[in-house]
Amino acid sequence: MTQETVEKVVIFFAGDSGDGIQLTGSQFTNTAALYGNDLSTFPDFPAEIRAPQGTLAGVSGFQISFGSTEIFTPGDECDVLVVMNVAALKANLKRLKKGGAIILNTDGFDKRNLRLAGFADDENPLTDNSLADYRVSEMNVTKLTRECLVDVTLGVKEKDRCKNMFVLGFVYWMYNRSLEHTIDFLKQKFNSKPDVLEANTRVLKAGYNFANTCEISSSRFDVKPAKMASGTYRNIMGNQATAMGLIAASQQSGLDLFYGSYPITPASDILHELAKHKNFSVRSFQAEDEIAAVSASIGASFGGALGVTATSGPGVALKGEAIGLAFMLELPLIIVNVQRGGPSTGLPTKTEQADLLQAMYGRNGEAPVPVISASTPSDCFEATLDACRIAIEHMTPVFFLSDGYIANGAEPWLFPQSKDLQSIKVPMTKKENTDYLPYKRDDKLVREWAIPGMSGLEHRVGGLEKEDLTGNVSYDSGNHELMVKTRAEKVERIADFIPNQELDAGSEKATVLVLAWGSTYGAIKTAVKELLAEGYSVAHAHLRYINPFPKNLESLIRAYDKVLIPEINNGQLIKLIRDKYVIDAIPMNKIQGIPFEAREIKNRIIELHDGE
Amino acid sequence: MENKVYTAKDFSSDQEVRWCPGCGDYSILKQVQSVMPEINVPKEDIVFISGIGCSSRFPYYMETFGMHSIHGRATAIASGLKAARPDLSVWIITGDGDSLSIGGNHLIHLLRRNFDTNVLLFNNQIYGLTKGQYSPTSEKGKKTKSTPMGSIDHPFNPLALCMGADATFIARTMDRDPKHMREMLMRSNNHKGTSLLEIYQNCNVFNDGAFFGMTDKATKMNQTLFLEHGQPLVFGENKDKGIRLDGFKPIIVSLEDCSIDELWIHNEKDRVKAGLLTRFFDADFPRPFGVFYSEDRPTYEDALVQQIDDAMQQKGQGNLDDLLKGSNTWTID
Ligand code: SF4
Repeated sequence: MTQETVEKVVIFFAGDSGDGIQLTGSQFTNTAALYGNDLSTFPDFPAEIRAPQGTLAGVSGFQISFGSTEIFTPGDECDVLVVMNVAALKANLKRLKKGGAIILNTDGFDKRNLRLAGFADDENPLTDNSLADYRVSEMNVTKLTRECLVDVTLGVKEKDRCKNMFVLGFVYWMYNRSLEHTIDFLKQKFNSKPDVLEANTRVLKAGYNFANTCEISSSRFDVKPAKMASGTYRNIMGNQATAMGLIAASQQSGLDLFYGSYPITPASDILHELAKHKNFSVRSFQAEDEIAAVSASIGASFGGALGVTATSGPGVALKGEAIGLAFMLELPLIIVNVQRGGPSTGLPTKTEQADLLQAMYGRNGEAPVPVISASTPSDCFEATLDACRIAIEHMTPVFFLSDGYIANGAEPWLFPQSKDLQSIKVPMTKKENTDYLPYKRDDKLVREWAIPGMSGLEHRVGGLEKEDLTGNVSYDSGNHELMVKTRAEKVERIADFIPNQELDAGSEKATVLVLAWGSTYGAIKTAVKELLAEGYSVAHAHLRYINPFPKNLESLIRAYDKVLIPEINNGQLIKLIRDKYVIDAIPMNKIQGIPFEAREIKNRIIELHDGE
Repeated sequence: MENKVYTAKDFSSDQEVRWCPGCGDYSILKQVQSVMPEINVPKEDIVFISGIGCSSRFPYYMETFGMHSIHGRATAIASGLKAARPDLSVWIITGDGDSLSIGGNHLIHLLRRNFDTNVLLFNNQIYGLTKGQYSPTSEKGKKTKSTPMGSIDHPFNPLALCMGADATFIARTMDRDPKHMREMLMRSNNHKGTSLLEIYQNCNVFNDGAFFGMTDKATKMNQTLFLEHGQPLVFGENKDKGIRLDGFKPIIVSLEDCSIDELWIHNEKDRVKAGLLTRFFDADFPRPFGVFYSEDRPTYEDALVQQIDDAMQQKGQGNLDDLLKGSNTWTID
């Protein structure tokens, strides 16, 4: 046996959706995080909840990249592939690098599983030499798990449910990890079921000991803690961070949070998370449909709450008319879009950035809405809080764009203290304001807010064109033009209240600028960092504010010869940049429902850099 | 809270009322404005929310808080408002197209959730604002601009639909009977939960006389039946007819042949009988007016506030720093 120290490892866990893969992955993640590794994870769910067992469609996966160095993405190629059955192997072998390790459950390679995974009767990857390029560790996980639980009174089904713990124990040994965190977790999870707790713990240890004593695994690896900024960290997923950002905004503004939502992948976890926090006065409301969800949120905002609705692209399509109403009423409203593959129902469990133009333009009439985006799982927190600040302080609906990749991805987070968070000033009028006019504006062009309960400030608002100042219905043509321009200018002036765009890496004198937004951050960051170390002249700017753009954006990008815009869509930010600045940026698009790999971006930058 | 004394005039806004002359909406506006001083709510705590349609202009004419929203969504907007602000008196103004066609989904969900709001459903059996297409309550065969050969749609029976959605209060009145309307508005207001008041409203421009038989002196006594809790179902020119129940089958009887003791006694709390009453919907039976059904059921907003209180009791008021920290942290020096 050898013991090796490595800087970074990418593991992919895969199995049937009933195999507990997500739990296995998240346990490994938390243990790695507590050990001090930097990391990034990404779950790969099957599209159907109950796809037939043993089939390719039923494979659930979880990828983690962890290391003693900075980690920005879940990794391109995997070093280790852990598979519970042959379908999981077949679906994911392409992710494994040549020479990588495969840990497999031979019980998942029987006749039935082979047939379900689409192998012919005489085919079996275990015997046909097709895995010769890899280091394979075979074990009868199901059989070993059952043996270890012979004297336990659980049914076979329940015993088999522990087999993910065997694999987890095995991998813990390989990477020299303590079982302590997972045992604590099991104690909490099964505190009312002592026999299930005992079974899981026993199997976890059995897997660990099996790795220690058997001959099949020849090496053990050390991945030292990463050198990260000092402070206290936790692990965070994007949707969780979004939920926390909303609660933080409610606290910072003093407005109660109302969250109206209709279940939709991949946004539902925000609803689940918020529903847990009613002790923050969160009013979560599962509406009858997408339209009701946004409408109820508008009603709540009208009453003086912070109205928020979240969904994915198809839901935004349904909410369009109501968002136009909120725009006309000039009330705070947050629309969270956790983007997924489109159009139509598209690829619900896959990621995409194809709803940017929908956020920008998807309404009737002239209705510009600010657009804010998040770039990593933890960035969802601050970006959400920022979106809420803009919505409240500027009395406008605001789009917050996340996507399936960062919503479900996780990373360590140097979480902030509440005292360091930005405060939010609510433009509520004074109770004694005797000459209140609903559509009188301040120098930001923001109207003052008066809510029901404020005596003497009774007024009516609505979706019909408003008369300047009074807000009365007006069909006057001159007034309409004035109001359209004023509302647009109000959104433009938000640029005065957001920071200038900064470079994430590289210098203003570089040859190539990579300009991007959203979840492409990690892959670009990794690529640019490596290229800078290799001496390439490249810089990276990553946008949070897409509407309006930061004021210095034009001058910033004009300094570069070549501006590359990678997006997980068919070219959307690039349309906005070309339209606004008439700069001929260079598109780079991937539309496969999966994120960019760092090496893809790297190769493209090199091509551009060296002159194509 | 000091109780201001209001008059109907205090509830009239400075906006010019713009319905067609002779429209039934005028009467409804007047009765609502005259009932408002009696509900004992400061006017800053009253909100009128409407969707789209002729009736939905209503909030502009009320000197309260108000929102003229988008087609069909007033019910959903009011739900969010009431969830956020249970202290407010919330009134939803809607029409037959707004609430039963484009907003049908939100109406039934409002009713089952039982937010304490008052729905005034102006039913004129036509699309007025868009100039005269048939509506989901227009009778079969109706000739309109969009149905030159007659409508082939089976119409909704609004109150039967609302019973089906487990509404806790349903009632009917008409624009031509101000006194009854005021009484029904008060009953709606006093009901804790969603009250659904259907108001037969004449659109004299596109559907004049839709309810003629029920409002005209010569016919109305025979075609209408006014419900009163605990009272027998009696109607007719000389109060000479009644309804008797034969099992679950209503039968019209003459009081000459049948003693008043044998008649169906109206009971607002009886869901099954209320269901039967909503089915008095064709020419064979007089059309009932009044409160069909009324039930006490916890409101959504009360249950929501209760959960918030319970969560605070169990976990203590939320602490942002604890939330940010979560349960697993590690420190790097
Ligand atoms: S069209 Fe009919 S309902 Fe509309 S305002 Fe005129 S009369 Fe009233």
